This record gives sequence, C-alpha cells and structure tokens, in this order.
Amino acid sequence: MTYPGILIQALVFPGLAFSAAAGLFLSWVDRKVTARVQMRQGPPLLQPFYDVAKYFVKETCIPSGATPAVFWAAPLVGLAGATTASTMIGGSLLDPSRGYVGDLIVVIYLLVLPSLAVILGAFSSGNPLASLGGSREMKLLLAYELPFVLALAVPILNAGSIRLGDLAVTVTVARPSGVLALLVALICIQGKLGLVPFDLPEAESELTGGALIEYSGAPMGIFRLTRTMLLYVLPLFLVSAFCGPAAAGGALRGLICLVLLVVSVTLIRNTAPRLRIDQAVKFFWGPVSVVALAALALQAGGW
Amino acid sequence: MGMAVKILTRSLNAFHLSGSACNNCDIEVLDALTPRYDLERFGITLVGSVRQADLLLLCGAFNRKSAERLRRVYHEAPKPVVVAAVGSCACSGCIFRHSYNWEEPVDSYIPVDVYIPGCPPKPEAMIAAIVKTIAKLRGG
Ligand code: SF4
Repeated sequence: MTYPGILIQALVFPGLAFSAAAGLFLSWVDRKVTARVQMRQGPPLLQPFYDVAKYFVKETCIPSGATPAVFWAAPLVGLAGATTASTMIGGSLLDPSRGYVGDLIVVIYLLVLPSLAVILGAFSSGNPLASLGGSREMKLLLAYELPFVLALAVPILNAGSIRLGDLAVTVTVARPSGVLALLVALICIQGKLGLVPFDLPEAESELTGGALIEYSGAPMGIFRLTRTMLLYVLPLFLVSAFCGPAAAGGALRGLICLVLLVVSVTLIRNTAPRLRIDQAVKFFWGPVSVVALAALALQAGGW
Repeated sequence: MGMAVKILTRSLNAFHLSGSACNNCDIEVLDALTPRYDLERFGITLVGSVRQADLLLLCGAFNRKSAERLRRVYHEAPKPVVVAAVGSCACSGCIFRHSYNWEEPVDSYIPVDVYIPGCPPKPEAMIAAIVKTIAKLRGG
C-alpha cells in the first residue's frame, strides 16, 4: 500500500477521525443510559463533542513544577497508541486477509499505551495527588493485564492463530469457554477504561481528579479524546476477537455484540461501588484470573 | 457569537469552592447536582480539579484567611472562567459581615460574573442564574 493510503487509513477511516466519531457517539450512549438509570433526561447528542472540543479553546496551564516536554508528549503518546490500534483492528475487519502474523500481540501492546501515557503525564506534572493516581494506574495495569491476556488466549487457541484477521472470522463466543473468556475480558476493559469500580486512578472523592489533576486546555482535551476513542476501540477489539464479525454474515452480529458490550460496561459502572487498590489487585489476580484459567482449560478440553 | 463561546457555554465544568460558609449553601450546591435537577441537560458537570473548571461556584463569606486561597484558586483556573457567587454570604457577607475576620465581599478579591442571593439560594435559583448567564454570554 502507498504511503498516502496508509495515512488516510490512520487519520480518517478506520483510524483517528472515524474512531473518534464512533467513540463520541458511544460515550453519548453511555451517558444517556446512565441518565435513564438515574431517571433523568441526560445530555444532548452532541454533548460529548462539546466536552472534548471546549478544552481546545481554553487556556493551557503548565504547572511550574512540571517537566514541560513529557507533560506535552504524554497525551500524544496515548492518542497515537489508540489511533494505531483502531487502524489495525478496523483494517483487519474490513479485509481479514490483511495484516501479518503476530499483529494481535502488537495491538495488545498498543492498547497499553494510553494507560502508560496517563502514568507518564501524572508523574511529569509534579503534583503529589497526581503521582498517587499514577502509581494506582500502574498497579491497576499490572493487575488487569494478566487476566486480559489469559482471556485472549482462548480465541487464539480456538482460531489457532495470532493474526487479527484469522480471529475476526472465527466465532469463539458460541462456545462455553468463549463466553467465560469474554466475561473476563469485559471486566478487564472496565479497568482499562478507568470506569467504576476501577476508577481509582482518578478517584474524585479522595484524589480530586487524580492522575490528570494538573492537566488543562489542549493536553487535557487530547486525554479526553483518547479516553473517548477507547470506549469504541476496546469493545471493538473484543468483538473482533470473540464474535467473528468478519465471517460471512457476521457484520450484524458484530454490531449487536458491540452495543451489548458498551451497555454492559455502562451498567457495571452504574451499579458497582469503587474498589480500593488492594481489593482491585486481589480481584484481578484472584477470582478473575481463576475464571480465565478455567476458560482456558475448557478450551483446551475442546469445549 | 463566536464558535469558541458557543462550545464553551455548552459544556461548563463546575468547580465548587467553599470559603468559611455555614455549610448550607454547599449542601444546596450538592442538591443542584443531584439527578433530580439533572444539570447534565445544560452540559454542566462537576469536576474535582480547578485546572479543568469553567465555572467557579463560590460559597460563603470569604474571610481574611480564605480570601488568600480564593485568589490562588482563581489564578490556577485556566481562563476564560465564569465566577458565580452563590448565597448572600458570597454576595455581600450576609450575617458574617460584622465579624472580626471579615474584610470585604468576594467581588473585591476577584471579578464575579453572577450573583445568586438567598440564604441559602434554592437549586432552582442557581440553575436559573447559570442558564441566564449562559444566554448572556451567547449575546442573547
Ligand atoms: S448565605 Fe446563608 S446559607 Fe449560605 S453560607 Fe451564608 S449563612 Fe450559610
């Protein structure tokens, strides 16, 4: 493929612009469902867009104790990770024969970048509350990566490949092991998205915004945009790994799975209280990992 | 109306700052943020950090000690920012204006855009005031 072609894919479709638009829409769905759960009207359709856009028209304050280069680079690193991941996942859905062996592993790494960016930004801002938030984010990252990778091993075994395109044409969720693994992965993306019950890096009540406390203006807007994109990219990743949306006649099933996943994320965040960091780590390394291992055993047993 | 004003007024992040209030105004501010009043309809959400604030809700008669903090918080907020004095205390000093530690009303420390009198003002009064402020900023 030519370079302009790659650039268009990365910046417009299925990369930055498209996934941002999809993320903004899904984040409206998330907020509207939340509002309905609380029996209120909720925000208008364009609210998530205004919420991100307004950071770009505000002043950017850089705290005097911060390291400006890292402070600015961190949000860009996160955005780049989310953009590249969305381009690769979207590309393999459009044409499952594309991609290379091992691109699944690359996407798993790319999806770590947004969390890494939050940690970098938190430590570079020089605020003690931000560093607390950053260290919580780091522990959380260590906690949920283990069950997340274990859960993804199930579709990998099922498809017998580590290429995104091969996973995208295999329906893993139709087997008991696939259902279990998808549940585990769903809980893990809740942590990756930083939503309740795993919102401890930015715990509003005790860390008043936590990791991103010192961020304002454009860099904060980029963080918000990345977070919004992830609300689309992470469920899309699970859909393409578990639900076989690129198989013949699978597009509709994929879409339904995507909406179901986002609504489940919303309902979990509306009904669960926040965990402490030690509880969260125990939860991920204990029960969640055990269930993931069980799913793996079922898969190996041919279920 | 400029695009920037339009975007800003559609998404106001509120930051609640209480300086030597009797605590009633704070409770009413929290009331206004409950699902019953659904401030998200107007794009208003509560934030924990002043760095992300577009709307400062000031409660209480800021005295000599807290006025200094008020100035600092105001300078930490990225501009443009709308400042609302919530309650009679923030507007004029109310029952605390003859105290030994009270000096001046809030608007002599920092510029205030909207005054919401009442002791304490009802959530409805706050919402009406903010909605009117938004309309005025848009030039309507
Ligand atoms: S205005 Fe009245 S209710 Fe509000 S802080 Fe002052 S004394 Fe309390």
